[in-house]
Amino acid sequence: MLARLGIEPGDEAYYAEQLSGILEHIDRLQQLDTEHIPPTAQVVEVASRLREDEPRPSLTQEEALANAPAAVNGFFRVPSIQEET
Amino acid sequence: MSSTWEIVIGMEVHVQPRTRSKMFCGCAIGELGDPPNTHVCEVCLGLPGVLPVPNKAAVEACLKTALALGCEIPRHTKFDRKNYMYPDLPKGYQISQYDLPMSVNGHLEVGGHKVRIRRVHLEEDTGKLVHAGDKLHKAWESYVDLNRAGVPLMEIVTEPDIRSADQARDYAMELRTLLRTIGASEADMEKGQLRAEPNVSIRRQGSEELGVKTELKNINSFRALHRAILFEVDRHRQVLESGGTVVQETRGWSEAEQRTFSQRSKELAEDYRYFPEPDIPPLELDPPWIERLREALPEMPAPRRERLVRAHGLPASDVAVIGADRELADLFEGAVATGAAAKQVANWIVGEVAPTGKLPSAANLGELVKLVTDGSITRDQGREVLAESVETGRTPAEIVAEHGFQQVSDESELRVLAQAVIDANPKAAADFRGGKKQAMQALMAELRKRAPQANPRAANEVLIRLLS
Repeated sequence: MLARLGIEPGDEAYYAEQLSGILEHIDRLQQLDTEHIPPTAQVVEVASRLREDEPRPSLTQEEALANAPAAVNGFFRVPSIQEET
Repeated sequence: MSSTWEIVIGMEVHVQPRTRSKMFCGCAIGELGDPPNTHVCEVCLGLPGVLPVPNKAAVEACLKTALALGCEIPRHTKFDRKNYMYPDLPKGYQISQYDLPMSVNGHLEVGGHKVRIRRVHLEEDTGKLVHAGDKLHKAWESYVDLNRAGVPLMEIVTEPDIRSADQARDYAMELRTLLRTIGASEADMEKGQLRAEPNVSIRRQGSEELGVKTELKNINSFRALHRAILFEVDRHRQVLESGGTVVQETRGWSEAEQRTFSQRSKELAEDYRYFPEPDIPPLELDPPWIERLREALPEMPAPRRERLVRAHGLPASDVAVIGADRELADLFEGAVATGAAAKQVANWIVGEVAPTGKLPSAANLGELVKLVTDGSITRDQGREVLAESVETGRTPAEIVAEHGFQQVSDESELRVLAQAVIDANPKAAADFRGGKKQAMQALMAELRKRAPQANPRAANEVLIRLLS
């Protein structure tokens, strides 16, 4: 599973067409000869941005859990994680 | 038949570098047992729109480790996203390093055997899951604590160069000594600051091909590491000798049952869809920066151990203790520098200091050893003085003066004391006179109880004289 997209009933064809278009475009890009071009990891012209090792206050537990769909005793509660086989 | 197999082990070790804050945000590194989700912020919770910024101390700890392992440091390095879906990973990916790690191609020598290091890179830890219910497959739900999410981790990966469980354990122990020596990590296995994951396989003696490997997890001590490998090698052997095939998988070590059990099958190669982390600019590893780090490295444990033997003539058993810990080795050399006898200093460190883990200053230990060696105080008094010196930081000479600890060697004083002991123990005295030499032990014990400051050798002579 790569993504969990919520799609309204009736919109499937619309999105299927868009996604196919994207994939076709990628296929076209892959025809380019990039043999002698170094890979680009970054498009911004900065490097080596580091921060000093200084602790800063964290959120409170209440703040941290504020957006959680479910929480118990200070933990996030999630559905049982069983291995998908 | 079993002698025809060769064991092949590669190790992945995760080490938590010594930092005060997390890898990409300013949250403090919590302690085990802190309330859940109290060291978290927008960044390590993976909320949208935040920017991770790497921790300089973590980067430098990783570079120092790489240099100490003799690795090559490239000019450029970058972070990548390793994508997978699991509730302990709030972003849906772990920030790690893929094709341009912070360092490659090092080695660590373990008992004369060279273990090649493939790479040392930096990444972040995940959160912790607690499962409701006693068995995972019966659990109704899981609880997530993200205090550990985003804690920095160095991953140190070897080539498959290790050939036995002993060697694997020694490799992990030597790595711990090295990490502590250079100050990169406290590397405490019980606190999860050093996690060793061996990849174990076996093959026919003489074969060049690698066998199918299994990766072992949940190992919390050097002893468990050793036992888990022995168990797993035996399991592989039984599977192969009965005509079966080893399944490539991740297996957990159960300390309670002393066996490994299947956790996750790796038959399908996992696709982590690595790609460059777009939120973190690449790191330029400037040669002058690297050189400064290299020059600041202390002496490495292996040459230091050799020096302890060469310069001070210490036996291997002393070096094993003193050379395994930079603070003990510093203490030893500092105390010897004050003029105390090397072997005596070593005895005090191995016998008295190392077991307590509480260190006196080198000057104080040197002074103490000299006081005992020249007979000014007894060994028992010396132990008391050491404990007090560690506690208060005061010098042994001050403590001795204050307690009036002086070894009594004065003949007339000892004679009074010895006569009192003989009078109080007529049976032991009679036994000794009758030829039972071991009766002296009871008399000496009584004498030292009454007068701990008595010089034992002089008191013993006085007792013998009075009884003959």
